[in-house]
Amino acid sequence: MVDEKKLNEIEIQEYSSLVQRVNPKPQVFKHSVWAFVAGGLICVLGQIINNSLILQGMSNGDASASTAVILIFLAALLTGLGYYDELAKYAGAGTIVPITGFANAIVASALEFKREGYIFGVGARIFAVAGPTLVFGFAVSTLIGLIRVFVAS
Amino acid sequence: MVVTAGEKKKGLQTVVFTNPPILTSWASIVGPKEGEGPWGNSFDRVLSDYLTGEASWEKAENKMLQEAVELALSKNNLLAKDAELLLAGDLLNQLASSNFAARQLKTPFLGLYGACSTMAESLIIGAMLLDGGFFRRLVAAACSHHYTAERQFRFPTEQGVQPSPSSQWTATGAGAVVLEAQGSGPRITAATIGKVVDLGQTDSSNMGSAMAPAAADTIKMHIADLNYPSDYYDLIVTGDLGIIGMALTGQLMVKDGLVPAPYYSDCGVLLYDEQQGVNAGGSGCGCSAVMLCGPLLAKIQSGEINKLLLVGTGALMSPTTSFQGESIPGIAHAVAIEMG
Amino acid sequence: MVPLYMAFLVGGTLCLIGQLIMDLTKPEITPGHILVGYISAGAILSGLGLYKPLVELGGAGATVPLSGFGHLLTEGVIKGVGEKGLLGAFSGGLEAAAAGIAAAIIFGYITAVLFNPKG
Repeated sequence: MVDEKKLNEIEIQEYSSLVQRVNPKPQVFKHSVWAFVAGGLICVLGQIINNSLILQGMSNGDASASTAVILIFLAALLTGLGYYDELAKYAGAGTIVPITGFANAIVASALEFKREGYIFGVGARIFAVAGPTLVFGFAVSTLIGLIRVFVAS
Repeated sequence: MVVTAGEKKKGLQTVVFTNPPILTSWASIVGPKEGEGPWGNSFDRVLSDYLTGEASWEKAENKMLQEAVELALSKNNLLAKDAELLLAGDLLNQLASSNFAARQLKTPFLGLYGACSTMAESLIIGAMLLDGGFFRRLVAAACSHHYTAERQFRFPTEQGVQPSPSSQWTATGAGAVVLEAQGSGPRITAATIGKVVDLGQTDSSNMGSAMAPAAADTIKMHIADLNYPSDYYDLIVTGDLGIIGMALTGQLMVKDGLVPAPYYSDCGVLLYDEQQGVNAGGSGCGCSAVMLCGPLLAKIQSGEINKLLLVGTGALMSPTTSFQGESIPGIAHAVAIEMG
Repeated sequence: MVPLYMAFLVGGTLCLIGQLIMDLTKPEITPGHILVGYISAGAILSGLGLYKPLVELGGAGATVPLSGFGHLLTEGVIKGVGEKGLLGAFSGGLEAAAAGIAAAIIFGYITAVLFNPKG
């Protein structure tokens, strides 16, 4: 008796190894250089904004928050103009990891569903990517806070 | 009770037409990127932008399908009302594009979903309905639009993502064929209906690998059911496997004892130039539809190709099943188109 | 103030790590996964007291990547707990991150109103 399930598993394994042989590898080195330089430059821009705000007499905390707001604004603008996704094709994580990537994900989701209306199109979809990000950010940080409260008491 | 095979059925999965239906006219409309590709001059119409004056990409897509159907009919001096039936499909949820094109055309309509294999599926069903004597003239069509597919299956179009080298570019295009019981033109002589094949591929940015086993299986069954030599066809062309899927299918064909080169190619590989930034090639219902209704049928008519086997390939995934961790099933249907 | 080259090095390295995760692990990793991973990792590292030294070293190079946003949330929560106890664990994060989140939502909405997706 031929065990069909087993045969199928062997077929799947054989095929997976064939796919792995044929499948092109991403250009890791080129991608890495792009990500490092692009991400680094976005952070430098942030540092320049931050420094000039401090020189204008802002407190460290306020300057940092204002820097985030300005970067988010710039990313939103570039996304609206249709440039951010073009840049990200090359820069990859260099444009995804910084807060500008977070802003891009929010704006892109909102923009995409404009044609489905301003309430359940834009309003609902704006959180398609930002939602999970914020949920995990809040969940983890709040959990850390709770641990602190209970460890302290 | 023993079920005997239908009299037009041959082998396990193949049908042979007694009165081969005729492709009396056809039309293709493509997007700007496809127009810039190597076959840009072979299409009837190249859109200048992706919206074509409509308010949304979805509206642009169904208008494109509607116009392709009207254009194909008009080449025979026919109107939409002269077609007895429209068989069409697309990639959108609820077949939105086909439904709305059919709303405008007012032709009796059956919507089909075979993912990117839809053009082959509509031709097969259309040919069977004609040979079965139910209709005399019908239209088989399929379409896809890059941005409607992108936003439904992948990411918002403005989101920054880095495409993987195995990813494919959903073609913008619509193809329509007028199939008739009588007339002159290339004929559909046989067709093989494919099984759903799933070898556990899960990467939705590597559709070619998910579909290749289905394509190879259908080609093998077609050749075996009809007892053809492996070089019977001047060209076997798969729908939208792309560079990786085509290489895999070639390997699987060799394993099945078939000789792929130089008789085998893929619409997804042919539709674009390498420099067009499509990574592994084209995909979508429109990919095989416009390659068939553009360059391939023209080459059949001019005698450059006598016997063509179009193998429409489809990746039957949905975003829901992908999120649930399901692998991507593939399907492929083969249509034999011969001149004379 | 942190020198610009340090912001470049630290920020670039954080992005490089993200790129390696995308290229060398499962192909199913999307930008959304990267964002979720970074904000969570930043929050955890901050809770362990490891992220603050990175901010002192790299300035915007550590605060601009989304891990810095996670750090901001945790710092806010810890500050909140110090001031208000249990209530602060819930209110501190949002207070600290309020400007960034509101800016992203408002600019996102305005952009959607003003522009159309170009594709």
